[in-house]
Amino acid sequence: MKKLVAFFLLLPGSCILQAQFPDGKEILSRIDQNMTSENRFYSSSMIIHGRRTILTFKLKTWTAGENKSFTEYTFPVREQGTKMLKLDDQLWIYSPGADRIIQIAGHMLRQSVMGSDLSYEDLMEDSRLTDKYNAKVTGTEMIDGRNCWIIDLTAFIPETAYHRMKLWVDQERDIPLREEMYAKSGTLLKRSQLSNVVRINERWYPKKLVFKDMLKEGMGTELIIEEIDFNVKIADHVFSKASLKK
Amino acid sequence: MIRFLFKGLLRDKHRSLLPFLVTSSGVMLTVVFHAWMTGVIGNSIEFNARFSTGHVKIMTRAYSENISQSPIDLAILGTDSLKDVISVQVPDMDFAERIYFAGIIDVPDKSGETRAQGPAMGIGIDMLSGNTAEIERLNIEASLKNGRLPSQNKEALVSRAFADKLGLNPGDTMTLVSSSMYGEFTLYNFILCGTVEFGTNALDRGTVIADINDVREALNMENASGEILGFFRTGKYNNEEAKAVSDRFNSQFSSENDEFSLLMKSLPQLNNMGFLVEYSDKLQGILVAVFIFGMSLILWNAGLLGGLRRYGEFGMRLAIGEEKGHVYKTMMMESFIIGLFGSFAGVLSGMAISLYLQNKGIDLGFAMKNASIMMPGVFRAQITTASWYIGFIPGLVSTQLGTMLAGIGIYKRQTAQLFKELEA
Repeated sequence: MKKLVAFFLLLPGSCILQAQFPDGKEILSRIDQNMTSENRFYSSSMIIHGRRTILTFKLKTWTAGENKSFTEYTFPVREQGTKMLKLDDQLWIYSPGADRIIQIAGHMLRQSVMGSDLSYEDLMEDSRLTDKYNAKVTGTEMIDGRNCWIIDLTAFIPETAYHRMKLWVDQERDIPLREEMYAKSGTLLKRSQLSNVVRINERWYPKKLVFKDMLKEGMGTELIIEEIDFNVKIADHVFSKASLKK
Repeated sequence: MIRFLFKGLLRDKHRSLLPFLVTSSGVMLTVVFHAWMTGVIGNSIEFNARFSTGHVKIMTRAYSENISQSPIDLAILGTDSLKDVISVQVPDMDFAERIYFAGIIDVPDKSGETRAQGPAMGIGIDMLSGNTAEIERLNIEASLKNGRLPSQNKEALVSRAFADKLGLNPGDTMTLVSSSMYGEFTLYNFILCGTVEFGTNALDRGTVIADINDVREALNMENASGEILGFFRTGKYNNEEAKAVSDRFNSQFSSENDEFSLLMKSLPQLNNMGFLVEYSDKLQGILVAVFIFGMSLILWNAGLLGGLRRYGEFGMRLAIGEEKGHVYKTMMMESFIIGLFGSFAGVLSGMAISLYLQNKGIDLGFAMKNASIMMPGVFRAQITTASWYIGFIPGLVSTQLGTMLAGIGIYKRQTAQLFKELEA
């Protein structure tokens, strides 16, 4: 009887607590508005802090929607001219040294890019979170002096790379400042920190991302966006195999 | 006296044939077993040493912990200067740099599209310096089934079964798809110059062998090697010396606090080879002990049977006044003659079988498919100096020991009973 009374007494309180948090899907939608676009071009530096060395790569990337992406390495000299084309779940890599195009598909897309903490999917996908995840706000926390919502994301599409994610989203700018990616088993796979958030036209965007593959030794990988243009016009031929050898 | 006993043995086959057959077959089995085990263990140790472990192996500590994965990202850096230093410090050894790597061999069609693909295990060795023992060490020339050895950069050998699977022929281009030492995605073209077959499943499944400098270029490993293998210049593994060299090296180059400091391991510490080396050291002792014990039991019983059969004869001889000691002595001399001839025959027949097994060998490749250590497919016996005496001496000793035990009965005969026995 006491338990029943306690339940009815606490019920309105818990409803009030739930009501204090905004809808997770709404926040995801606002994140998508900031982070994704119909197409974009960006040049970036990828700094890999390995167990023994620090390697820097410079890349130029063109993306159109969720399924088309083209990347060209411009630095170091050894990798200059190496190109990657991703169409849906297939990836082609061209090496000028061997003058060969090799296709990578399926689970290989989850392999590390150039020994970094990013997978090909991490680097080349520009998919909307709302298309893959259900979200629930579970709390608040201060990150780098900014109030953040803590959101738990659970994938509703089985083939999603990370079954569960936990985001710390800046309440004001709707940008995740910290992310944790989990496997279905609950294992923490990756952690990322997003910083240097700047205003670009109508959106906020983080220009520095630090990824850490938790299953890998090393100090993580920095991805620094040097230049980014959203909704630029990209010719269709860029996303063709012919452009790999050009 | 000896002539008399010898004639007796020849004329009375019941007295000599069984002990002779027992001794000669025992000696023969011992000789064959010793040569076979020496060959199998020796072949396995040398095979592993040449292909995988060396007599000693230098790696980084981190590489050593993940050695089964051959992690090139944990390779040794600055190998040129290191090799110079250790070559001076250990002049009794020849040091060879190697890179073991994994990847995919991709075969293009005429338009450059993938025609065939297969997972490969690669070995980068010195093949082109003109001053290399690696080709001989890995028996590559004799294992060549098709084409020729690499004579210039960017040429590689592939195991025959792998080449057949991918439809590769000498002269064809193939692309190694792999990760560099720093984890970069790499594509590197090789021209297939020949195919090889080593007769061991682990190597014949999907091996690529190329010059170490090409592999360095492919995997971005300038002045680096996965491993440095050391081989005694005598060609034979010396456990004590290897341990001493390793201890000296590790005290100079190794630090537990630095995962990239160097570590030298000797052959028994690698590829689970410890038990083989230890077993090899103890093999002769085990064989001699088992042989003498087993054969003595058999010959003791044969002597007892002979004693029973010759019960009347011994009784008669004692009855007409022959000393017990003399009867015992003649038995011992007879057994010595039987032991001598039996052992000799056993050694000859054993050596003939061992020689056959040494030259022809037995193909046990089917049983080695899932072996955790690298084993040759064809096992061969190995005749050594010990093969000549490992059965001969125990053959003699066991016949004597068997007769000594069986002959004790003579001393238990009572003279007073002899006439009753004879009358009966």
